[in-house]
Amino acid sequence: MASSNSLMDNLFQRSLEDLIKGLRLGESFFLSKSLEDIRREIKSTDLSTKSIALQKLTYLAALHGVDMSWAAFHAVEVVSSSRFSDKRIGYHAITQSFNDQTPVLLLITNQLRKDLNSSNEHEVSLALECLSRIGTDDLARDLTSEVFTLLGSSKALVKKKAIGVVLRVFDKYHDAVKVCFKRLVENLESSDPQILSAVVGVFCELTTKDPRSYLPLAPEFYKILVDSRNNWDLIKVLKIFAKLALVEPRLAKKVADPICELMRRTVGKSLLFECIRTVVSSLSDQETALKLAVAKIREFLVDDDRNLKYLGLHALSIVAPKHLWAVLENKEAVVKALSDEDPNVKLEALHLLMSMVNEDNVSEISRILMNYAIKSDPLFCNEIIASILLACSRNSYEIIVDFDWYLSLLGEMARIPHCQRGQEIGHQLIDIGTRVKDARLELVRVSRALLIDPALLGNQFLHPILSAAAWASGEFVEFSKTPYEIAEALLQPRTSLLAPSVRAIYIHSTFKVLVFSLGVYFSAQEPTSSPLFEESASSGSSPVNGITYKSISSLVNIIELGLCSLSGTLDVEVQERAKNVLGFIGMIKHKIAEKVTTQESETEASRAVAFMEDVFSEELGPVTSTAQEKVPLPHGLELKESLEDLQEICGEFLKPVVDSNSNSNSFSSSENISFSVAKLRISDQEEASSSSSSHPPESASLLAEHRKRHGLYYLSSQKSDDHNDSNGDNNNTLNEYPPANEISADSFNNKKKRNQSKPRPVVVKLDEGDELKTKPNVSSNDEPLSLAIQTALMGKGKEKEREKYNHERDLDSRIKGRSSGRENKTKKKNGEKSSKHRSRRRSDKEASAAEPVEIPDFLL
Amino acid sequence: MIKAVMMLNTQGKPRLAKFYDYMPVEKQQELIRGVFSVLCSRPENVSNFLEIDSLFGPFSRLVYKHYATLYFVLVFDGSENELAMLDLIQVLVETLDKCFSNVCELDIVFNYSKMHAVLDEIVFGGQVLETSSAEVIKAVEEISKLEAASNSISLVPKSVSGWRGR
Repeated sequence: MASSNSLMDNLFQRSLEDLIKGLRLGESFFLSKSLEDIRREIKSTDLSTKSIALQKLTYLAALHGVDMSWAAFHAVEVVSSSRFSDKRIGYHAITQSFNDQTPVLLLITNQLRKDLNSSNEHEVSLALECLSRIGTDDLARDLTSEVFTLLGSSKALVKKKAIGVVLRVFDKYHDAVKVCFKRLVENLESSDPQILSAVVGVFCELTTKDPRSYLPLAPEFYKILVDSRNNWDLIKVLKIFAKLALVEPRLAKKVADPICELMRRTVGKSLLFECIRTVVSSLSDQETALKLAVAKIREFLVDDDRNLKYLGLHALSIVAPKHLWAVLENKEAVVKALSDEDPNVKLEALHLLMSMVNEDNVSEISRILMNYAIKSDPLFCNEIIASILLACSRNSYEIIVDFDWYLSLLGEMARIPHCQRGQEIGHQLIDIGTRVKDARLELVRVSRALLIDPALLGNQFLHPILSAAAWASGEFVEFSKTPYEIAEALLQPRTSLLAPSVRAIYIHSTFKVLVFSLGVYFSAQEPTSSPLFEESASSGSSPVNGITYKSISSLVNIIELGLCSLSGTLDVEVQERAKNVLGFIGMIKHKIAEKVTTQESETEASRAVAFMEDVFSEELGPVTSTAQEKVPLPHGLELKESLEDLQEICGEFLKPVVDSNSNSNSFSSSENISFSVAKLRISDQEEASSSSSSHPPESASLLAEHRKRHGLYYLSSQKSDDHNDSNGDNNNTLNEYPPANEISADSFNNKKKRNQSKPRPVVVKLDEGDELKTKPNVSSNDEPLSLAIQTALMGKGKEKEREKYNHERDLDSRIKGRSSGRENKTKKKNGEKSSKHRSRRRSDKEASAAEPVEIPDFLL
Repeated sequence: MIKAVMMLNTQGKPRLAKFYDYMPVEKQQELIRGVFSVLCSRPENVSNFLEIDSLFGPFSRLVYKHYATLYFVLVFDGSENELAMLDLIQVLVETLDKCFSNVCELDIVFNYSKMHAVLDEIVFGGQVLETSSAEVIKAVEEISKLEAASNSISLVPKSVSGWRGR
């Protein structure tokens, strides 16, 4: 019965071609129907039915994303078939679907071994392909000796694939180096171009991972570089030298000449580009070579072929950090490329331009780019904006000298129609406001211009910018000449388009404007401490000082009018803030008029206003992203303990609290601030402002106490007195902070010419928390491999010396000489592999103990 | 190293996809879709490179060529040369052209197994091992002969046993 079933399956089984035809008809159920068939057929006892089912499954997995991991065992069955076509299907399925975790993986070890020993070269090559794709530690270890044998195969097809598989075997099983490395190296002198290509390719991969270990082979590579006429091989050898020259600078000098020769001679663009890349990335100290390479880059840049243009720009961006002149020479071509049709070319040109930026040319380059941004498509426009923002803010605005200019640039960006980088622009506005005291005047001016423009409110990408502008206008209102106008702008009808979180900031800023104006009004007779007032008082005409009863009452009126409608709004944040302001106004309003009548300087109202001014007077500084980590863990606080139980008990109560506060994040002066810190600060202010109307003195002292207690959270802005804030730290309670990071010596700094006409304002810099640290990701995996390679190459220097004297000898005798120097070759051929391995290992160990790695005298 | 070879048609259907590092099928499909979504948005006559850091990780590069209804795509890392990879696509297409005489999309659709035979001769475990289409064709023809031979041997006894079973 079973046999007749399989016969029916066999006769009516769909072939792969049938499957493809069926799928092309596009019936939706066909795929699931076919999968059902496959699941049935694959269990068949008939191997050819099974293999066709597997083939179909493999096809569906590759092109239709069908899972085939369940069929792993069937693949192992099919691969054991004696028929070549089945075997091929099986191996194809295995290479496609197996990974290190496949449980049946070890079952194929013997099958692989059998096929590696097969007399049919195509069976061998299937097994090699399989090993090169899925080879695991175990497979590599168990099959090393087979690979070693195949490395000596007389068939080119097998031999080149055996060479290719060595890469995987070495990677997985480092001891294979001891067995196979010598045979691999011998092939570097092969006269067969196929073999040579294969082995050069393998060494290119090996060298990329660990250049130092392969330095002793430099003479062999050099020979290929000089002698070969095959572009593929030359490219790989160039890549090898690019890596080697970085670890052995003397090599750069040695290979510069042949590479120049190649550049002059070659017509192949791929090889030419590889030469250029090698020179600019690794031989940039070789003057003639570099000059030639840059000349060739220029040819690429003016070529009509966009690929060449793109690669030329790419090569320039490699050379830019060390030799900016190469970019400057081609500046016109780079700028021209900005308007290319090709997005890649444009982007590469943009990156290149940004690499040229320094403090002298930042305004020029930004102007050029802004012009392009206005003309470009939205995608590239935002790419431009993003790269300007990134370049200018790097290392705490290192390259910005004129912050007034930069702030107005940020303002311009907001007005580019396609601008979608509001988040970043808004962040920088606030960041500069907190870090750069001298820029606040301009910041307020820019903010005002943004706020009074009703058109900007319609673009929701700009809301983060408006939020920042509103915050800055409120926080630094003392720099504003027209508080009334700002209050008007903050309350304009179109603010209803803003998100509640932004609106809350608008209202809060209005509050600050109001408090400031009242403060000025009440203290009109008293001398003020604000620098602006001193200035304007001396100049004679002061719009702020001229706050009269009339102007202050109209200010109070528009605020009252603007906010009364909001006291009934749905959003609690907006509602609360509006009510805060209205409550304050209600308290103070009738006192305003008293000022005119009574001459008493210390009225209740003026005390309340003075108190509110105090509340807002504490300057907000930038907060380091690592501030939270620096708070010592209080004794007895269990952080690891799970709070899940709590969630269950009072989940309902917790949730609304979190929601109402989550908006406050947009208030934070830095995106990196840990959330809780920002929240804490905001709630501080809220607490203070909301409670102030009833118990002012008490809450003020509470706030002061709170700040004292949590002093660590707050970075005093006194630090700005000193550019290198590590000194400033000593003055206050912040000595827990490690000293500031030294600005890494950027290559552009060398070219800096300080523009002395206008000194750069002080920028508050924090400790290392400003920049996110990236830990170097060192893979320890390669260590043993490089050790093994170095051991294998041990004594090669000596051999070379000996060869110098005997270089007339032909190849055969040399190989014999080498092998007899280490090990008895006849033993290998007799198949006494185990003893051979052991003794080889021993001799290698002895060698490694005896001498260190030598740099070949070829260099000298 | 070459990380992946893909052939997609202009509708985004994969005709051949080979990833040289193991990847779950869902991930493969995701990458294919990702590549196509970028490819189809590119105008004609622009460069043949794609920025694909977001798909394949940093340092990976992609070149493609557009022939009639098909995109040929190679993804590779820093140890390959971009222009050489474009040449390799050319080698692949020339070889296919010789195999199928005037190759078209349908040949590629219906000769799934042969396509892989061709590709496996050129790219071995991610390394370029052969760039001469003559050598490739020689090997592929031998493989075809071996397959035909193994099928014809097995057909006879199977059908006989089948009849006897009845």
